[in-house]
Amino acid sequence: MTGEVAVLGAGMHPWGKWGRSFVEYGTVAARAALADAGLDWRDVGSIVGADTVRGGYPGYVAGATFAKALGWQGARVTSVYAACASGAQAVGTARAQILAGLADVVLVVGADSAPKGFFRPAGGDRADDPDWLRFRVLGATNPTYFGLYARRRMAVHGDTREDFARVKVKNSAMGALNPHARYRKRVTAEEVAASAVVADPLRLLDICATSDGGAALVLSSMEFARRHGVAEPVRIRAVSTVTPRYPNTVLDLPDIATDSAVAVAPPDETFRASIARAAYEEAGVGPEDLSLAEVYDLSTALELQWYEDLGLCGEGEAAKLLRDGATAPGGRIPVNSSGGLASFGEAVPAQAIAQVCELVRQLRGEAGERQVAGARVALSANQGLFGHGSAVIAVR
Amino acid sequence: MVAGWFTGEGEGFRLLGTRCAACASVFFPREDAFCRNPACPGGELREVALSRRGRVWSYTDGRYRAPSPYVSDPELPWEPYALIAVELAEERLVVLGQAVPGVTCADLAVGMEVEVVPGVLNEDAETAWTTWQWRPTGAGT
Repeated sequence: MTGEVAVLGAGMHPWGKWGRSFVEYGTVAARAALADAGLDWRDVGSIVGADTVRGGYPGYVAGATFAKALGWQGARVTSVYAACASGAQAVGTARAQILAGLADVVLVVGADSAPKGFFRPAGGDRADDPDWLRFRVLGATNPTYFGLYARRRMAVHGDTREDFARVKVKNSAMGALNPHARYRKRVTAEEVAASAVVADPLRLLDICATSDGGAALVLSSMEFARRHGVAEPVRIRAVSTVTPRYPNTVLDLPDIATDSAVAVAPPDETFRASIARAAYEEAGVGPEDLSLAEVYDLSTALELQWYEDLGLCGEGEAAKLLRDGATAPGGRIPVNSSGGLASFGEAVPAQAIAQVCELVRQLRGEAGERQVAGARVALSANQGLFGHGSAVIAVR
Repeated sequence: MVAGWFTGEGEGFRLLGTRCAACASVFFPREDAFCRNPACPGGELREVALSRRGRVWSYTDGRYRAPSPYVSDPELPWEPYALIAVELAEERLVVLGQAVPGVTCADLAVGMEVEVVPGVLNEDAETAWTTWQWRPTGAGT
């Protein structure tokens, strides 16, 4: 395939609440990715930073901030912000630069120092900002949206709280095996049930935490990889970064209302499903080809939604797929072998890059006790605020 | 705070949106600049009162104190309230709102009919900020 780029290196800073600057996390991750690639920072022709909106001014110009920390060396620089999809858009930007011949080697970095408790909008009275409005007018935090989706699944598909807890049990077992995860303890269904309700029907252990963390990738042209002596690198074959189609009829963060379907019939597929489909079409593969998937489990219930949106099963069949063990290690299609956000927490601009790091480890066969046997095709998917969503497909 | 999102009192209370004169799309919160239907050449956006009643699409609550800019008194214990996403059949859209005080998730079900009523979001010595709230009508699914 002519549209492919090589992944030469992947690196991370462990997730946690470390109380340090996002610059430090990103720099550690970048150095790890460069070491993994066997390249010097001065070999890099372009750096793409995934932005954070916290951390003040430097957070908005992450590319140059990381470049300065690594030592100015004149590389091309880009900074991208797309909420939770920032990392995937950074990967997409790097890939486009390589395919356009603008750079042979691109370093992609995302890192964040998360606030305690709920994410919240920046200060000031900003009634023109939908994110500000949903807090000011409704007090609607991110978990309240997760609660709405979870309750809707219970009503429409018959999912239960026990099904949701099963997702946490599965993901925590994987996170316990991942040295970069924040939570490295297996969680039982009883512990989920005993945790406090945050947004009915979801409990504390159903919802991902906010965390610090960093992740980085070194991407290159296939030609450079060959010259570098890597004959069969993990390759990125698709990066979808599509927007929803009007009318978007599923209530979406951070909106107070959906579009109206009164003038135009709603599209046949939801926004999340279109993110995956675009990636499948670009890569020339389908859900049946996947060896594993990393999905944005902002809540346990949302992971089940992704099963359906990725086409791993039919609508309403996600809980059955989970109960049958298909998405567990050793199953037909293991999901969140990294431990997922359940084990990492959200470090917003880093998380989508961390997902790709897991795909790379798995496709190289370097995932240790988490290894999915014979992994050949892997997909990651995420969704950010304001109509951002991305999926990456990597192959071996 | 959010001028022109609702109007009236008591039984006359209604959410206000806008409707495109060219394609009939309805917008809430109101869209006053451009019609967002990509197939629409664009028409005048006229204020329209939304349906008073709708059915519960989903619901949840917030058991932990919502952060600023939500206004709550940190000296007082946090009192959770329910949030309801309501499907308006005529406008074919879903609108999120707080439930009236006293209604909890235990009182709600997907598909239940609710109606919009005025409520108080928060108040200080000089001002009471009004808002819309959803209240079950007693009609089932």
